[in-house]
Amino acid sequence: MPVATRPDSGSVRGVVAGSVRQQLLFLYLGTSALDSHVLAWTFYDGAGTGTGQTGDQSEPPYPTGLAALQDGWRLISLSELRPGPVGLEYATSFHNFEFVFERMVDISAGVQVDA
Amino acid sequence: MPELLSSLEMAEFVNTGLVRLDGVIPDEINRMAMEELTVEGAPIARRLAPGQPLSACFGEQPAFRAVLDHPRVRGVIESLVGPDPIYDHHAVHVRQPGQGAQNLHADAIIDLRAAFDIQLMYYPSEVTIEAGGTLIVPGSHFRRVNEGTIARYQNHAGQVAVVCPAGTVIALHHGIWHCGRANRTSAVRYMFKVRLEPAVRQWRLWDTSDLDDPEVQRQVEKILSTRQPWFEGAGARLEQVQRAALWRHLTGDDDFQVEYWLGRLENQAVPQLTDLLPSNGHRPA
Repeated sequence: MPVATRPDSGSVRGVVAGSVRQQLLFLYLGTSALDSHVLAWTFYDGAGTGTGQTGDQSEPPYPTGLAALQDGWRLISLSELRPGPVGLEYATSFHNFEFVFERMVDISAGVQVDA
Repeated sequence: MPELLSSLEMAEFVNTGLVRLDGVIPDEINRMAMEELTVEGAPIARRLAPGQPLSACFGEQPAFRAVLDHPRVRGVIESLVGPDPIYDHHAVHVRQPGQGAQNLHADAIIDLRAAFDIQLMYYPSEVTIEAGGTLIVPGSHFRRVNEGTIARYQNHAGQVAVVCPAGTVIALHHGIWHCGRANRTSAVRYMFKVRLEPAVRQWRLWDTSDLDDPEVQRQVEKILSTRQPWFEGAGARLEQVQRAALWRHLTGDDDFQVEYWLGRLENQAVPQLTDLLPSNGHRPA
């Protein structure tokens, strides 16, 4: 996955105004627990041309959602837990456990930014 | 004679939503098909009127008629949708050199029927991993989604990026999630697709001579309990329930079980506990 290099520690200094872009990683997990396995995934790259194409990867970028956190991604959204609608309790449809992560990248320096 | 599917092959279809015949069509027919696809004006690309018998279609396209009449292909068609199914529509799918991937989708609109259509996909030329073959998500055929509402999903564990020799035919359940992948070669990738509807009730259409064999029954239950790598843990159980319900519909065996999920729920199924709650108007006797 084409992502910018992470800083070793601390904040990135000297960020050029207007040069920060968002990268989004969607992970679909096996349960509602963040440390469960990644079953499906999607990547959108606001910092460059690395946005994924359907069917371009056979292996997930991380084994679990927790692994993404540990690699510097920030969780910004997760699916609500709701019972199935009456009459559709046994039906299957979309993925139930969508976790959306972001990281901000300074495209002028090519590094992740601590927001 | 059509070479019908066995009960185990049929169970695999109920599990995955696809049947794959790699390289079954002879090279001579594949070459003829490529000529019919690439000829000026390509009559094969013109849509026909939906609702007519398949046997009345493609009489002027001998290569495609030969593909549909191939004993292995006919066997798959007859096993899944009967001996002379209804023509729904067809299309010539093209991935141009350098063209990006389609978004993931299920064809047509949300479809709640137990009856199913199939989509035959015929690849007259070899498809390499770079050539933009079809992406298929096995086991997605029971999911209730409407066409491109799943476009956000880029990759799934266990997805199948079709790589195949020339002359490959794949039959998909109509609900399967799929798309054309990016073509990173300098050659056009062709695929001929035709959607077929059953003209008869889909009841024991395959070779069921082995169906009452206890070992076959055991293997069928094993196949229908096999989880796809992208299934959620709890959702996998619901998928097993869908498969068991479809297998009952296809065989007429209302006692068939996968992991006993249905059997447990069918024991004293009425009333439901929610029927006894005041919010549903219940008054104690």
